[in-house]
Amino acid sequence: MIDFPFMYEALMRLLPGIPMTLQLAFIASAFGVFFALAAALMQLSGNVVLRSVADFYVFCIRGTPLLIQIFLIYYGMGQFDFIRHSFMWPILREPYWCAIFALMFNTGAYGSQIVRGGLLSVPRGQVEAARSCGMSQVLIYRRIILPLAIRQALPAYGNEVILLLKATSLASIITLMEITGLAAKMISETYRVVEVFLVAGSLYLLINFILSRGVAVLEKRLMRHTAAERPSSRIAARGAA
Amino acid sequence: MSHASFWELMNFGPDGWGWSMLRAAGMTVMVALAGFILGGFIGTFGAWAKIAGNRPVRIAADAYTTILRGIPDLLVIFLFYFGGSLALSAVYRAFGGEGFVDFPGFAAGAMAIGLTSGAQHTEVFRGAYYAIHDGEIEAARAAGMTRMMMLRRIIMPLLLRHALPGLGNIWQVVLKESALVSVTGMIELARQAQIGAGSTRQPFYFFIAAAILFLAITFVSNRVFRFSEAHFSRGVRGAR
Repeated sequence: MIDFPFMYEALMRLLPGIPMTLQLAFIASAFGVFFALAAALMQLSGNVVLRSVADFYVFCIRGTPLLIQIFLIYYGMGQFDFIRHSFMWPILREPYWCAIFALMFNTGAYGSQIVRGGLLSVPRGQVEAARSCGMSQVLIYRRIILPLAIRQALPAYGNEVILLLKATSLASIITLMEITGLAAKMISETYRVVEVFLVAGSLYLLINFILSRGVAVLEKRLMRHTAAERPSSRIAARGAA
Repeated sequence: MSHASFWELMNFGPDGWGWSMLRAAGMTVMVALAGFILGGFIGTFGAWAKIAGNRPVRIAADAYTTILRGIPDLLVIFLFYFGGSLALSAVYRAFGGEGFVDFPGFAAGAMAIGLTSGAQHTEVFRGAYYAIHDGEIEAARAAGMTRMMMLRRIIMPLLLRHALPGLGNIWQVVLKESALVSVTGMIELARQAQIGAGSTRQPFYFFIAAAILFLAITFVSNRVFRFSEAHFSRGVRGAR
């Protein structure tokens, strides 16, 4: 029923797509984190203008499909002569960079909500304690708020990276040959949908599995100060309640 | 190359693209809704399997949600579209026909969206079921309700109340996912925008128009969900 030699062939043809998939995901998430942080800080700042700009950005990105965002950047930008003649054109002409820009804006908007939650979870007392030690605002962020917020936000952010990795498959629509692009090409050449799908799907599952394990290990490392005392602190909490 | 302005392109006259874009928006809602409803059925079944199933059934349901949440939606749409076309062609040939028969994009899209969103529905329904207090079920039993009546009068309404916020999130995801159905050639918003962009060479205007329509649909459906959340939470003393 299932043709294993063919599946091996499919695996060999899809493997070269992995670096492209990983590149798109990692470059986009590396830059996207800064968008997320900036948008979250803007949303939490008291400044009405900054907050409205960030809210608008998040609303637009979360309310429209990634595919439309990719098309807007890849096809839409070329409509304007001033962009075609600008220094940006050599970059905006490339599907690779367009996909990365779109993924970056996208994950920045979704990530900002996670980062915002993390920042809000930092107890007020910690910040007050830091301030009473005479720390400057920048130092408080660097030493107190960000480390605590990152710990809180990490599990949800790991989830977002997995969603981003799945989203890189849309880059195949603007001709990039990552895993899905190669799979679609192979399906249209061989007409053997199920086998190619199984191989491509397993590759994504494998990558996502490794990613989620990685996040779990990182989380454990960051939370190692609570690892030993967790059972007793739970009892204490129950006693207090 | 003449440059028409945004409003010249998007008017509702005979040369305008206004109606085509609106019709495409309607198709987007239709395919998303079909997938969402299908996903709801799958999710009901999946949640039941996870809550009440025996070991093999539970393992199957866990495998389903784990796999579908780890695979890109686009790949699933390809599977249904190309797989469906191949199956249809095989049937067609068995009856003496020739060549390749296209599987309807709408059906492939709705099925793919249903299967992927079904995994999310499963988790939402399961969570909502566990949010029902034991006391409410005990009270229903004490009042002498049969299992069916308890399901209809107590469990279902409470389940819906707890599930609504989660369902709202799934709907937003499904709506955006429906843009991917454009790869099958079905004319929904993304595909219509591509067609318009290709024939007028003004891609930015068309994709911006599509984006605005998506935002409008999102905005309206947000309102609907918020309204129904308020409706189904009548009589609940909130924290606020």
